Amino acid sequence: MDGDGVPPVPIPSIGQPLPMVDGPEKIAGKAQYTSDFYDPSALTGVIKRSTVAHARILSVDTSAAEELPGVHAVITGSETDEGHGVLPIARTELPIAYDRVRYRGEPVAAVAADSVEIAAQASDLIKVEYEELPAYFTAADAMADGAVDLHEHRLGNIERHVEFEIGDVDGGFAEADLIHETEYHCAEVCQVQTEPHAAYAEYDAERGELTVRASTQVPYYVHLMLAKTLKMPKSKIRVIKPYLGGGFGCRTEALNVEMITAMLARRAKGTVRTVISREDTFITHRGRQEQTVRIRMGMTKEGRVTAIDCHTVQRGGAHSGYGIVTILYAGSMLFAIYDLQNARYDGKRVLTNTPPCGAFRGHGTVNTRHAFENALDEMAEKLGLDPFAVRRVNLIPELGFTATDQWINSYGLPECLDIVEKASGWKDKIGNMPPGKGLGLGCSHYISGASKPVNWTGEPHATINLKLDFDGTVVILTGASEIGQGSNTILVQCVAEVLGIDPSRVKVVDADSRVTPKDNGSYSSRVTYMVGNAAIEAANNLKGVLVEAAARKFEVSPEDVECLGEVYRAGTQDEGMTFEEVVMAALEGTGTITVKGNFDTLPESWGGKKYRGAAIGGTMAFSYAAQVVEVTVDPDTAEITVDKVWVAHDCGKALNPLTVEGQIQGSVWMGMGQAMTEETAYHDGLLISGNMLDYRVPTFMDSPPIEAYIVESNDPNGPFGAKEAGEASLAGFLPALTSAVANAMGVRIHELPVTPDRLLQLLEDKEREMGASTAAE
Amino acid sequence: MKSMLSFQVNGRQRDDAVAGNLLLVDYLRETVGLTGTKIGCDGGECGLCTVLIDGQAQHSCLTLAATCNGTSVETIESLADGGRLNAIQRGFHEKLGAQCGFCTPGMVMAAEGLLRSDPDPDDATIRREMAANICRCTGYVKIIEAVRFAADEIKIATEAV
Repeated sequence: MDGDGVPPVPIPSIGQPLPMVDGPEKIAGKAQYTSDFYDPSALTGVIKRSTVAHARILSVDTSAAEELPGVHAVITGSETDEGHGVLPIARTELPIAYDRVRYRGEPVAAVAADSVEIAAQASDLIKVEYEELPAYFTAADAMADGAVDLHEHRLGNIERHVEFEIGDVDGGFAEADLIHETEYHCAEVCQVQTEPHAAYAEYDAERGELTVRASTQVPYYVHLMLAKTLKMPKSKIRVIKPYLGGGFGCRTEALNVEMITAMLARRAKGTVRTVISREDTFITHRGRQEQTVRIRMGMTKEGRVTAIDCHTVQRGGAHSGYGIVTILYAGSMLFAIYDLQNARYDGKRVLTNTPPCGAFRGHGTVNTRHAFENALDEMAEKLGLDPFAVRRVNLIPELGFTATDQWINSYGLPECLDIVEKASGWKDKIGNMPPGKGLGLGCSHYISGASKPVNWTGEPHATINLKLDFDGTVVILTGASEIGQGSNTILVQCVAEVLGIDPSRVKVVDADSRVTPKDNGSYSSRVTYMVGNAAIEAANNLKGVLVEAAARKFEVSPEDVECLGEVYRAGTQDEGMTFEEVVMAALEGTGTITVKGNFDTLPESWGGKKYRGAAIGGTMAFSYAAQVVEVTVDPDTAEITVDKVWVAHDCGKALNPLTVEGQIQGSVWMGMGQAMTEETAYHDGLLISGNMLDYRVPTFMDSPPIEAYIVESNDPNGPFGAKEAGEASLAGFLPALTSAVANAMGVRIHELPVTPDRLLQLLEDKEREMGASTAAE
Repeated sequence: MKSMLSFQVNGRQRDDAVAGNLLLVDYLRETVGLTGTKIGCDGGECGLCTVLIDGQAQHSCLTLAATCNGTSVETIESLADGGRLNAIQRGFHEKLGAQCGFCTPGMVMAAEGLLRSDPDPDDATIRREMAANICRCTGYVKIIEAVRFAADEIKIATEAV
């Protein structure tokens, strides 16, 4: 060893732009996603969906379907009376509607058959008799006097009404030099992850056991909901998450696809494979709700926000989903980005006869942030202030607690602002750009995992197991869901860094309930922070075992052992032991080594108690982002081209700068989709945008260069200082775009997405107004 | 009605009786078992199923298998170079052109088709020629870098010969 005389050193992993550890499988087409599992004996599952938006189900006649040759199972809402859902207080959604349907496309029956053709034919043979009820497709209609309640336990169709007042709001407005009120409307959007939902369920009738492979971000929640809705012991169920084709929040709760497929497999006493269409994936939904945000803001002439009053209404769809959490985030995330002391919030989450919304990337924060940032810019314009100056005067002066008791330990927003101001050439360009060109600024933030899990059990927030055996491979066993964000890569880097070993020595086995420790799943940007910290603790525990083994061999005390990653030694002249030799020493008398690492959030981070639900918004660390968007607007067609985006994101510490950049660019771009092209459309509750042409995801041709800058504020509690990297950069794009268009054309659009027809209407209105005022003179 | 389909898949001769309405993508995935080619939409919207037919990038979900008689079809599984990633795949790996990886096989095949006809495309050409392929993770930024990386690698390798 050490033949060339170079002293061995621990191999660095953290901060290295390591390509993803599972990249080759994905890029070679070898990675198996849920829909890639086939078996000659597997039946095909098909879901029959409601053709009406709101109705009582009077009868479901399955007799003709059951008689069709090749059909092995037909199930209806009578299969289970156990509801599913995210929050223990709102588990009222049935996998298959029983006595009532609440949106067009809600499952009413399902079939497992020899082929997709037979299953579809059987589905058509099922006769459902409906008695239609009044249906409500807007929040206003659902809340109107006399409206029928969608759910008996939610009077007036209000899923949750959140009201709070923090500080002295009236006093704050009295202190203001300018008070301004503005309203923004955001269309409903969907994640459109490239992999449609799929489930592959194997029922072992001999043992009464069930194995389910599912396209999910939360295999543990799927496990819980399978046990609940199928009324099976958790020990008889195994859930595996294969490779996953994106999530962005649409699979952060158990979906009906998984539960229905499992029920079909149990009925058919075999294996059922269900892959739903793109249209049905849109209908399964869990996207970002349509929302109106009205903000009244008080500001001093220097630009300091003295008070805000925020009213918002969300059209949540037919079931709770994450709704209560979403409407709480929309309020709590008004805080923790700027120094805001006085705020009143009134948020309503409304049940409507549209598919249920969920936890889309930037969950809860995006639409209120859009309105807030636009309000800042509208007021800045009135006061003759620069958008950067207004943000800077409102920066949080010192670390600590917000007025809502959210805990801020690191704050890189000031640096983010400096970077994008310089990189974009803002100072030179602003006010000096040719007609039709404009710049806009937007800031945003996000949590690094919710400090209180929705499913409180008293367990640690994250647990990692490490296995080390005779072959010298360190195997990470984790329940964390790799969904394309690179979580497996980050965990490898954390473990390799602590041990100082070559990262190729570290392998991951993930997301199989039979093998890996439970994990809450990939949502609210919790994995790097929480599971990363657990991985560090586990690796430190393993290192302790190895150092002790080396110490025994060297006959020194453990403190005298130097761990150099691939080499351990005692004293600099000692040639030492290789990693493999230390492993064999450690195995003596004990055999295969398994160690564990845990992570728990600190009570200070649990959010406040100043209003009911204030824990939503509590996190160990907030990430921050600022971005400048440059646009060119065609004066004749109002077509908007995004020329470039400069974005800076404070992720604490970039554990992997390559994947952090990828996350930032992807977030910005997804914000661009919401801002410019994406919106769902319904006709009497029928989704008429259920494909990727009518629901327009930006293509290569629409997408700008995105220059990403990483800011490292080194969070004191994050893994190696890291915090969230994959969500905060989304929300800022929306207001940056509307402000850039306002800068270019002199009109500020209050409705998303900013399509050419909407913008052209505004431009024509403005021209008419100017014409009218000229004529009046 | 079934008809005989005789063609090459990844350089191997295949002779199968196929139904007239069988899509090439279903033939590849279900009959041959080449599940690298993905399905992301209900027909022609996303480009995930892109394969090469006689060297041209095509949507295998808009192609009837029976119409491929006498052609040569290449899928993502054919690209490995001596068991290792080829230049384009290496570009996607090292430049992070793949995140979740579900659009990647189609994206790589689109890039393969492009670089065979235009070995040195500029960014605007890459955007235009790959515009039929949707990615939801990357914002396309790193995919363009990956294709440029591959073009440069191929150029160096060709010049070295």
